[in-house]
Formats: sequence, C-alpha cells, structure tokens
Amino acid sequence: MAFVSSGYNPDKPMENRITDIGPQNYQNFLPPVIKNNYGKWLYHEILEPGVLMHKAESGDEVYTIRVGTARLMSVGLIREILDIADAHCDGYVRWTTRNNVEFILDSKDKVEPLKKDLEGRKFPGGSNKFPIGGTGASVPNVVHTQGWVHCHTPATDASGPVKALMDEFYSEFQSMELPAPIRLAVACCLNMCGACHCSDIAVVGIHRKPPLIDHEVLDDICEIPLAVASCPTAAIRPSKVEVNGKEKKTVAIKEERCMFCGNCYTMCAALPLADAEGDGCAIMVGGKVSNRISNPKFSKVVAAYVPNEPPRWPTLVQTIRKIVDAYKQDAKKYERIGDWAERIGWERFFEKTGLEFTEHLIDDFRDPAYYSWRQTTNFKW
Amino acid sequence: MAKHETPLLDELTKGPWPSFVDDIKQEAARRHENKDGVEYQIPEDVCDDLLGVLELSYKDKETHWKHGGIVGVFGYGGGVIGRYCDSPQQFPGVAHFHTVRVNHPSGKWYTTDYLRKLIDIWDMRGSGLTNMHGSTGDLVWLGTFTEQLEEIFYELTHNMETDLGGSGSNLRTPADCMGMSRCEYACYDTHALCYALTQEYQDELHRPAFPYKFKFKFDGCPNGCVASIARADMSFIGTWKDDIKIDQDAVKAYVGGELKPNAGAHASRDWGKFDIEEEVINRCPTNCMSWDGSKLTIDNSECYRCMHCINTMPRALRIGDERGASILCGAKAPILDGAQMSSLLVPFVPVEDPFDEVKEVIENIWDWWMEEGKNRERLGETMKRMGFQKLLEVTGTKADARHVQYPRENPYIFWKSEDVPGGFERDIQDFRSRHQR
Repeated sequence: MAFVSSGYNPDKPMENRITDIGPQNYQNFLPPVIKNNYGKWLYHEILEPGVLMHKAESGDEVYTIRVGTARLMSVGLIREILDIADAHCDGYVRWTTRNNVEFILDSKDKVEPLKKDLEGRKFPGGSNKFPIGGTGASVPNVVHTQGWVHCHTPATDASGPVKALMDEFYSEFQSMELPAPIRLAVACCLNMCGACHCSDIAVVGIHRKPPLIDHEVLDDICEIPLAVASCPTAAIRPSKVEVNGKEKKTVAIKEERCMFCGNCYTMCAALPLADAEGDGCAIMVGGKVSNRISNPKFSKVVAAYVPNEPPRWPTLVQTIRKIVDAYKQDAKKYERIGDWAERIGWERFFEKTGLEFTEHLIDDFRDPAYYSWRQTTNFKW
Repeated sequence: MAKHETPLLDELTKGPWPSFVDDIKQEAARRHENKDGVEYQIPEDVCDDLLGVLELSYKDKETHWKHGGIVGVFGYGGGVIGRYCDSPQQFPGVAHFHTVRVNHPSGKWYTTDYLRKLIDIWDMRGSGLTNMHGSTGDLVWLGTFTEQLEEIFYELTHNMETDLGGSGSNLRTPADCMGMSRCEYACYDTHALCYALTQEYQDELHRPAFPYKFKFKFDGCPNGCVASIARADMSFIGTWKDDIKIDQDAVKAYVGGELKPNAGAHASRDWGKFDIEEEVINRCPTNCMSWDGSKLTIDNSECYRCMHCINTMPRALRIGDERGASILCGAKAPILDGAQMSSLLVPFVPVEDPFDEVKEVIENIWDWWMEEGKNRERLGETMKRMGFQKLLEVTGTKADARHVQYPRENPYIFWKSEDVPGGFERDIQDFRSRHQR
C-alpha cells in the first residue's frame, strides 16, 4: 500500500488548486437521440412493467428499461452496469430520482436482447442484480438513508430494512396492479433525510429512552447553549454537577418532557441515546408530493413502534404488508394511500388494515395538534 | 475465506431484490484478488471491515460510528462527511470512513467513459463503495481516510473537471427531474436552470455562509418527480398559463379503447373498460371538464393544472404553450418545529436563460434570511417566526389570494402605524378629555 500522489503538493496546498467548477455540464452526457429530441417529446407509453417508450415530434422513439438497485453499490457493480451500457446503449446510462438505473435504447429491437441480458445476472446468493420494474402503479425503489452503514444518529438500519421490504414487495415492483404507485421511504432517525414525511408508506427510526449524559466531558466537547436550543420541547437546561470532586458545567434533561428525538445528540456528542431495546421504527402512511387531483400531503404516524429485528425486520415487513393489502383491495383507481384513507376516514383505515390505534398516534406537539383532533360529529362506528 | 463471520447479514443475501451484502462481499473479494494491480491507498480489507462492523451493529442493534467528524479540503467549508468507527482496533479498515460528496450532472445522465474514469479514482483512493445517489442528488463516495481527501479532490478537479457537492450550513447540491430530456410534461428546461444556478452559486455551495442548510430542487411540472415541494427550501415547479391542448381524435381513441389510460400504468390488473366520465371528468378536482359523448371541453380558467387529465390521457392532452414555473418556499423535515412543505410565493415566473428573474427572487430571500435567520433555523422556520408577510416584503411581492389556502381565522391582525390615520402616537390626556377616568 505505497502512497501514490495525485500531483497534489501538501507543502504548497493552495498551489494549482482548482475550485468552484461545479458539476460537468449535463449536455456532455445526453445520448444523441435525447439531444436531438430535447424538449420535443409528444407522448409516452409504458409497454410493460419497467419498459417505457417516448415518442418525439420527429418520429424518433426512445425505449427505456428501468432496473432496481440497492443504492449502496460497489464500483465492481457499477462497472458491470457500464459494460452493459456499452454493449447495448452506445455508452450512455442514467440514474433516477429513486435510485433506479435506466438504460436508454434508440430502437425497439434492442429491448429484448437487453432484457434477456439483465434478467440473467444474479448475485452469488441468488438475488437479482438488475430486476426490471418500478414503472406505473407499482412499488418502485425505496428512498432511504445511511443507517448503521455510515451514520452516528440512527435508531435503525436502512439498507437491511429496505432489502427485507423489497423482497416482500418484489412482485409489486415487477407489476402494475395497484390503484396508484406506492412510494416507500426509510429514514433511520427523525432527521428524516429523504422523503419519509411525504411518502405513501414510510419507516422512521425512533428512540424511546432519553439521552445518557456524559457529565465528565460534556462541557469540553459541546457548546451547551446549542444543546439547550436544539430541543423542540425545551427539556434541556444548563446545569452543574460534581464529578470526582470537581464542579463541572453540564446540562440537565427533564425526562418527562423528552420525546427522544435525538437532536441534542446531533449537537452534542456527550448526549448519546441509542439503545438496543428502546430503539425501533415508527410507520407513517398517506404522504404524497404530486399535485395530482389532491394537494401534496404529509404522511401520518399509524404505528408508533415496531421493534428492530435484524436481519429481516419481520414485524415491520408484515405490518406494512397488511397496509398494502388493505389498500390494494379497497382503494379506487388513481387513489394514492392518503387519498384512500381520507375518503374512507382514518377510523376505517385502522379497521381495514387491522392496525391498533394507540394514544401515541394523537398529536400533542404545540398548537397545531388541536387541528388534528376531530371537531365534528361526523365519524363512523 | 471472509475476514469476519457475518451470519446475520448473510440472511440478506437471500430473496429476489439486489443484495447489498452480496455486492459488498464481491467488492471485498475483488479487492483481495486485485487483478488490475491497483495501488490501493486505503486498507485492502475496508469492505470486509465494513461488513464486520455492520454485523456487530446487527447483533448490538446500535450504531458503531462515533459522533460527527470534521474533515475536508482546503478552500472549501464542506463536501466531505467525516466518520470514525468506535471500535477501530477490531475494524482498522474502517477506522476512518469518510464520505465524499461528488456533484452529479443534472438528470444523473452519464457516459460510461466519464463514470468509469470517475470510479477508477475511487477504486484506488477509497473503499470502492458508493451511494448512487444521495437523497439530495450527489454521487456519494462511501469511505476513505483523511490523507486521501486532497488527493481525491485534486484528481477530480484536474482530471475529471468535476467538483465536490455541498454539506453544512450552505447551499446544498441542487437537483432536478428529467425535464425536457425525456418528458413531454416539462414546462421549462430543468436541466438548464439547475446547471446554471449550481454554477452561479458555487461560492454559496462550497463555503458555508448561511444560518443553516439551503436546498434548491427543480421539477418540470406539478407531478413533482424530484419532490421539490417537500425536499427543498426553494422549490421551482413548472406550470403554464394558457389552455391545455386537446386532440379530440386521440380522446376518442382513449374512449374507444385503442389507447391505454395513463400510458398503461395500471395494465397488470383488470380495471374494466376506460370510462372517461369516471376516470377523468369526475376526478377533476375543480370540475372544469365535460364530455358530451364526442367532444371533451375544459374550462381552462377554472383549471388548477393538477396534471390528472394529462397524466391519464397523455396522447390526447398536452400542457399549454405559455410556460414558466411557480416558486414555493420553506420545505423541511420535522426538526425542529415540525415538517413543512413549500408554500407558494411566486405563482408564475418565466424561466429563460440567463434566468435573471429567478435569481432576483433567490437573492432577495438570501439577503433577508442570512441577516434575520437564527442559528440553525431553516427558511421555513424563519417564515413561521417572522410571518409570510415579511417574505412578501423582502421579495417585493404583492399579497395575492393565491398565497393562501384560506384566509386567517383569527382576528389578531397587525397594522403598520403609517397605514392607520393619525398613527400610533396618542395622548392619554386628549383621550381623558372625552372619557373621564
């Protein structure tokens, strides 16, 4: 492992430094058929699950094959994608906003050979490297986060639950049999990096125990006022303790006001709160970002806690299966999960899905909580 | 023989969905084999140790990454997420495991030649593991050591003409939908705007000067394929002002069954014959459509451009020709005071190179928020604290009924002194001359 210099000179760090060049221009990467018909598309068709056709004013047609990915991927796997794109797509490839890969073809007769190529590629354990699907009224890829692979604040993993969920919903990824798309998201803590607050079904890692306080080092490694200001429920106040006979500045946490969001740990390394038994996931449903028919919606919490059960999170997966099956059976065509739940009423949502309604699901955060209670006699038995 | 036993993770090699575990294992094996003779600049067994530490987390059900980590490259205040393992003796290959954010091209289009050269750098100087892509859009390089950061940056800028993305309290990497590259719904050129603004605001992206993070996202139409309304402090969403274009023959082809509704998005299930009344006319949220059995009409003045009819009959209905974007502000995740979607600020702005009208709105907002925003306060929270009226004032926008979902329900109305005859300066003695104590 001998050090190989790139040409950077650590003795003169600012010499030959290039900055502020930004990303490369997208125009360098557009396939010719895309460049030629840019902004001149007439319509599209979904030929089959995972395969799209776009027709341009010029008469040109472009075919797209969409494949699922784990998002977390190695350069070895990326090279395999690039080899496929070289062999079938003249050296062009793209990724979607949900981390699928799209192979773009400029004629229909290239579709079947590429499909055949993709379908034959598997990992040693038998999973598909490039499953085709994720179009139309399907369960496309799961927008997710870092989890235990890279982050310091998670209450659950991301890659593992996503794999377990997509194995369960694989047939829904590869078909278009739902009333409308179901967008899944996973975030490993309440920071909700990604799309949990606006997805049809979302999994959010939660804690259920207040932070531990490392009094001995807190003042040395934290800005106490930042930790105090980081708390949405004002549970934290500056304080003093005696450690080994010495008075130390620190913080005190009112446990009855703490709802375990973990934001103080984000700001202060001396306030860790991860806990094997305490941590788990909340499930949210009914969010959407599109403006189609109804306005964009936030997702709502429908299961306050399911335990972390690595490696395959069976309770989580089966709870979401119940939601998807009830929706699939009951919703009207074009109805997103949130549209369906609002039409039938949330009391009916809990009945049809068999989920238990608990007090944790009633909002109690500041003034807006009131607006989520029911100020009407309109309800169903 | 793998370096660490991973019985829990091995369960995730089963099932049909692509297994990240098998992929990482293959990368570990590939590094050991090293048939291209790469001079690996970080431990050869980085992937083994990542699986090892992840297996430990699966056993402990707790993360094994230490809090925070401050690393980077000279000249920039962000772009790299530092990370250190909390069990470095056990897993020395991931003692450092920093993430490098690389700014992706708009629409995530790549040539294989470019991407191959790009990942060759990472193969040699990093773990060989990536996220394609991060939620904000960046190409994410997952895991390297501190000494490699400047080397990677030097190669990126000198050999690949590619820069880092953003992190910290600054403008983060902007991202967009496919726009005009492959979509007939695109109301403006999202790629052009995304690229132009990313270049225009490089300084704001690389050197944190804001109270907190700030994101741009660009959606070509209200379908929201990059979810800008939920995931960007400023959301640019394409729209049009004139009439939806109707091809009556194509409408008949949908009614007659020759064309599949929603381009075939529901094809795997029998939903019965397409019923234009049930599936389009009666679903229109403003009830502005009618069908007399042979002709479809739209009262465009009442249409709010939700896209449903166009989505359902893409060959018959097309977006109008007077195109631009709406600008909405303030989306954020829950921390600190609750999640927000962006709120409508500018109903319509033309989107044409050099995008001066768009930039003016952005810079007016930044001037205000950079001065008034509190430490770690997102734009959406500043708007809640100081009022939407303040946002209107600083952007020179006249209040409009389109700015609200509904007018206020409480009568706690602020007036400015100058807007009330006589102003606020009053004399209690004068009042007493009419009203005895």
